[in-house]
Amino acid sequence: MALYNDTVMDHFMNPRNVGEIENPDGKGVYGSPVCGDMMQITIKVDEKTDVITDVKFKTFGCGSAIASSSMATEMIIGKTVDQALAVTNKQIVEELGGLPPVKLHCSVLADHAIKCAIYDYAQKHGKTYKGLEGFDPEADDDDEQAEGCSGPSCDKK
Amino acid sequence: MRQVYMDYSATTPVKKEVLDAMIPYFTEHFGNPSSLYTYGLEAKDAITKARGQLAHLIGADPEEVYFTGSGSEADNWTLFGVTDKLKNKGNHIITTKIEHHAILHSCEFLQKHGVDVTYVGVNPDGTVKIDEIEKAITDKTVLISVMLINNEVGTIQPVKEIAELAHKHGILFHTDAVQALGNTPINVHEMGIDLMSMSAHKIYGPKGVGALYMKKGVNASNYLHGGAQESGHRASTENLAGIVGFGKAAELAEKNLESHIKNCSSLRNYLIEQIQKKIPDTIVNGTMEHRHPGNANITFEYIEGESILLMLDHEGISVSTGSACSSKSLKPSHVLTALGVPVEKIHGTIRFTVGDFTTKEDIDYVVETLAKIVGRLREISSVDEKKGW
Repeated sequence: MALYNDTVMDHFMNPRNVGEIENPDGKGVYGSPVCGDMMQITIKVDEKTDVITDVKFKTFGCGSAIASSSMATEMIIGKTVDQALAVTNKQIVEELGGLPPVKLHCSVLADHAIKCAIYDYAQKHGKTYKGLEGFDPEADDDDEQAEGCSGPSCDKK
Repeated sequence: MRQVYMDYSATTPVKKEVLDAMIPYFTEHFGNPSSLYTYGLEAKDAITKARGQLAHLIGADPEEVYFTGSGSEADNWTLFGVTDKLKNKGNHIITTKIEHHAILHSCEFLQKHGVDVTYVGVNPDGTVKIDEIEKAITDKTVLISVMLINNEVGTIQPVKEIAELAHKHGILFHTDAVQALGNTPINVHEMGIDLMSMSAHKIYGPKGVGALYMKKGVNASNYLHGGAQESGHRASTENLAGIVGFGKAAELAEKNLESHIKNCSSLRNYLIEQIQKKIPDTIVNGTMEHRHPGNANITFEYIEGESILLMLDHEGISVSTGSACSSKSLKPSHVLTALGVPVEKIHGTIRFTVGDFTTKEDIDYVVETLAKIVGRLREISSVDEKKGW
């Protein structure tokens, strides 16, 4: 009956890891306000172990955008960079117990935002990851967006 | 939890007097108005009475009022019926970019079938550009359709002036008055309206009943075929109890018109004033001068409307949004787009409409809750006044 299930509503009403890490090791922004959703993610990475020790997000967007951002941060905290790069939007949606079909393509930005942040980290620390192979931060692969909304790419701001 | 309904432009609750008038027509007086025995005749009388009540509210003759299944049906009937009737005269319609989809989607359908349609723009305050209408007129133009009050930003359009312009060129004028009925004085004869769409559920009547006012002599072709109801203009066994309810709701709307407008606009103005006082970075969309008495359409910068709507709903408050994220088509509001509101700001737009059961306490609760929610969502948002859009 409700638009979203209880898990989604919980992550929307009480989002985890909201904020912005000062002096982050990596920062990524994905999406655009014109399209209705934009996520920013900042990460701290232990350089020796490659483990993501802290994640914070900020998202402009609808209920499912905020909920999936929150869920994604929980899924990558404590994981290695390689493990985080393997997280897909599909897995995020599964962890949320599903989203309305119309929301799947437009509001789940997190896997791209995570990649943008890790790409930033890799660039700054001279690292390479298998999961980033072929990843183009300027890519424009989001053809499912609302009309008049060109696909976003990693935003450096 | 406190429940505050603030979406009266979406629909209204049925008033008790209206429901009381309807009930006997489900149970005791259930006859088919077309039947020739007593059950049928008393049903027919009830419809005649309702027709008179609605006609009185709009200054029409009762025989100029035809009941339909909805306001959307009245819009469809007008467009299909007029273009068919006048197909030998021309094939061009002029309407606006801010009409209800019942007009816009019907026009798109007609365009696939050889009808030309001009969609006229609006000024940033929401008023239609009359000079553009005049420029669009050709000798093939058969109909100009401009809504009386817009459903999203509440702008009251100068339909009398537009009707005069239409008539000067021998063109019929239609107005969608679904949002206007009971919210602004209407006199179809004085305003020069040839056809007008109305709906019961926006004026504290039931859902599933509308009406088309069609001036004597206009005779648009029929839209529904298969029976001689509504003087042979609209087939379908009448929605008897619904029509009785519409009639009663129209009678109440007429009786309360002045106080309704006064109370709603004062509550609405208080709502806007309190929001502007307590919540920074808000924008009121549309003119405040000629506006639906209950309508407040407000952009909350840096956040998204569906999120606001969901959080308000969680606190028992019902509103609607122009955000693309809440529409099934994922397209931002075509009305706010036509007003020139930037897309990112359309996403953060909420429409509040107050009505006869709204209280000042409701508004205080809404503003207090809204201030918290907007603050919370701005903390979460990746956009803010420093970063800008």
